[in-house]
Amino acid sequence: MRFERREHRPAALVVAAPMIAVAAALAVAGVLIALAGAPVLEAYWKILTSAFGSRLSVTETLTRASPLILTGLAAAVAFRARLWNIGGEGQFYLGAIAVAAASARLFDGWSSAAQIPLLFIIGAVAGMLLLLVPLWLRLRFSVDEVVTTLLLNFVSLLFVSMLIDGVLKDPLAFGWPQSEAVDAAARLPKLLTRSRLHIGLVMAVAIAFAIHFVQSRTVFGVRSRAAGLNPTSAVFAGVPLGRTLVIVAMISGGLAGLAGTIEVLGVKGYVTSDLSPGYGYSGIVVAMLANLNPLGVVLAALFTAAMFVGADGMSRSVGIPTYIADVTVALSLLSMLIAVFFTQYRIRR
Amino acid sequence: MTGPVLELDRISKQFGDNLANHDISLNLAKGEIVALLGENGAGKTTLMSILFGHYMPDSGKVTVMGRELPPGKPRAAIRAGVGMVHQHFSLAPNLTVLENVMTGTESLWLPASNAAAGRKKLLEISERFGLKVDPDARLGDLSVGEQQRVEILKALYNDARILVLDEPTAVLTRIEADKLFSTLKDMARQGLSLIFISHKLDEVMATADRIVVLRGGKLVAERKREETSKAELAELMVGRAVKRPVRDASTPGEVVLEAIGVTVRTGGVDRLKSVDFRLRAGEVLGIIGVSGNGQATLAQLLSGTAQRSAGSLVLFGEETADLTVADAVTSGIGRIPEDRNREGVIGEMTIWENAILERLSRFSRLGLVDRKAGVAFAARIIQAFDVRGGSPTSRVRLLSGGNMQKLILGRNLIEPPRILLAAQPARGLDEGAVAAVHQRILEARRAGTAILLISEDLDEVMALADRIQAIVGGRLSPSLDAEDADARSLGLMMAGEWEEREVVDAV
Ligand SMILES: Nc1ncnc2c1ncn2[C@@H]1O[C@H](COP(=O)(O)OP(=O)(O)OP(=O)(O)O)[C@@H](O)[C@H]1O
Ligand SMILES: [Mg+2]
Repeated sequence: MRFERREHRPAALVVAAPMIAVAAALAVAGVLIALAGAPVLEAYWKILTSAFGSRLSVTETLTRASPLILTGLAAAVAFRARLWNIGGEGQFYLGAIAVAAASARLFDGWSSAAQIPLLFIIGAVAGMLLLLVPLWLRLRFSVDEVVTTLLLNFVSLLFVSMLIDGVLKDPLAFGWPQSEAVDAAARLPKLLTRSRLHIGLVMAVAIAFAIHFVQSRTVFGVRSRAAGLNPTSAVFAGVPLGRTLVIVAMISGGLAGLAGTIEVLGVKGYVTSDLSPGYGYSGIVVAMLANLNPLGVVLAALFTAAMFVGADGMSRSVGIPTYIADVTVALSLLSMLIAVFFTQYRIRR
Repeated sequence: MTGPVLELDRISKQFGDNLANHDISLNLAKGEIVALLGENGAGKTTLMSILFGHYMPDSGKVTVMGRELPPGKPRAAIRAGVGMVHQHFSLAPNLTVLENVMTGTESLWLPASNAAAGRKKLLEISERFGLKVDPDARLGDLSVGEQQRVEILKALYNDARILVLDEPTAVLTRIEADKLFSTLKDMARQGLSLIFISHKLDEVMATADRIVVLRGGKLVAERKREETSKAELAELMVGRAVKRPVRDASTPGEVVLEAIGVTVRTGGVDRLKSVDFRLRAGEVLGIIGVSGNGQATLAQLLSGTAQRSAGSLVLFGEETADLTVADAVTSGIGRIPEDRNREGVIGEMTIWENAILERLSRFSRLGLVDRKAGVAFAARIIQAFDVRGGSPTSRVRLLSGGNMQKLILGRNLIEPPRILLAAQPARGLDEGAVAAVHQRILEARRAGTAILLISEDLDEVMALADRIQAIVGGRLSPSLDAEDADARSLGLMMAGEWEEREVVDAV
């Protein structure tokens, strides 16, 4: 059995494959749900209603999707240029803690209009810096960035833990390790009242469009694609490889840092060591689901967020262990990846 | 066994609306060498890929030793005794020779005893066919010729009875190619059957027992070697008589590029050692030599991808600092790289993107790429240079090897450059295309372009160059006027003979 690249993608397949994938994932998850002693059909229904069934559930799904769009874009942009940034999680946390520290310590008492834009920049720069280190190691010493970015995730998370249990610890948190709350003026405006949904969603979607435009229409976009696809040819054609990768890294790290920023300013208001349920890592899956296409990232992030919220709600309402919810999410992402693969390749026997 | 060892029966294969193979039948006897000839894009690689199970044919069947092969299964083909040496090698550079030879056939968890048996078998085969290799050398450290030897050994290791070689000599030096063909003949004498693809009629006439010609996806002729000639084959391939053009007399203009004592050092080694040359507008300077003697570095120097460590480079009368790619392109140096897949094109990008990639600043405004102008530029190249098999928006990967080369030529020559650096410009091209490329180079010369032609093909250099210098071990010989050159004097030059003469003169 071998796989042959499709030159044309039949529209019917592009529509049908994801549906089949979800159905397959649900079928397998159904077995686990039945084994756990819960009514399978009701569980399916709960996944759907928990993700989309009410105003609250829709806004929750969208709130979850917002940072995922950004971490998904971070991965997609980097992977396009064959910069294997696996460090989205670490960049997310570093962005988050930088923002929390700046807001609590530096901008205390400033107006929203003054501090929010500055905080965005600070969060993005923090993420950037964390990715520029591995990039420098790669360009200078050919150190594989898969390893370095991955390891920096742990470094970053431990660093954050140290701060929130130390200098940045909130004295009012009953001893819990959490950072001081950000200034009220630093909180992002809500998109809808009586929900957690904030303007970060609008920003993330706008950034997705902006990146799509940059990649498809600008000189930088063409160059970064060339650098990723064939570095030798790119150099021969005069693409400044190092400079292109540095810009790619700044965008990628910056987006992941921004994801952490909006999560702190938009949702939580402070940093804990479980601020992210793996947004950085899920961003990689989102990027792959989207086939590295920035607009596809928005859809993939929505799907992923819906699965998170839906499976979570399902496990609570039918009373089965949360790990079954986790398995359901993982299955659906996996089968979706396979479906995406089959829209691009065909089997030849 | 008396029947043919291999039968291809009425094979057809279509890509989109491009009929790559149409109703092709072909057979091969034991101990026979068949050459497959045809224009770029005629369908040779496609046909061999079907034989090897890489592609599914739309119709037709493949029979090996009387047994039909299941279509589209390379493993079945290997098991039936078919071995393939690809146009672009498919080995892993970070594994050793032995590991490369054994992967794919042996279990992944091979015990040490297996490896010992494998080594023994490999050494036996290499002994038997005179293909010397070091089983423990890292593949990436080997020369192209040696890597190819490993590809062949790998096929033989899998007990190939039928060996297919797709343009095996395109990347080899003459000496390596001669050695390869004597090995192939030896293999045929020992009962193997061989099919090889080539565009070089000399080697086809010297090696093949039978010659099969494809044109436009159809089998148009089959000839015994004794019954045909180079001229007839060239005509069968292209459908008309082809004649390579030869330069006419001209008077070169002013000096546009001069290198004085240029040394280039990369990776701690002097690849070019104090070379001198002068290039005038409207002339062709041919650089001959066995590949691996510094040609690549010379090309990189003028392409802007390698910088000199000593000496000076005078471009259009002005001393240049480091020459970058952007400098080279904007000052009007056209560049045809030696290795088109590695340096020349990006397969996953479209034809129009490949056409403008090195001129992005011209095809953009305020950082935005002007797609329309790029597509129009590509369309002009496709038209003027007869690039077949794709539109401006299709991916370059889908073009046949020769058509990629036409695209590269086109993007450099569609507007005559002031200087053209042409490294092996006709490599992998069919006779018709070679003639067309030579025609283009001569046209550029007439239009006043100064051309530096780096080539291993002496016929090519003799036909095009006004002056000739040889490159040996990173040094350049003094130049010789083409009028005074003959095979013997060039041979001496390539052997580095001039250096000794200088020494004698000095004494
Ligand atoms: N995977 C593919 N998808 C679409 N078209 C293809 C594919 N592979 C080859 N083609 C087309 O089929 C035709 C035959 O290609 P093939 O590679 O067999 O030519 P060839 O005879 O080997 O040429 P060359 O001498 O240049 O290597 C070409 O027009 C090519 O563009
Ligand atoms: Mg071919």
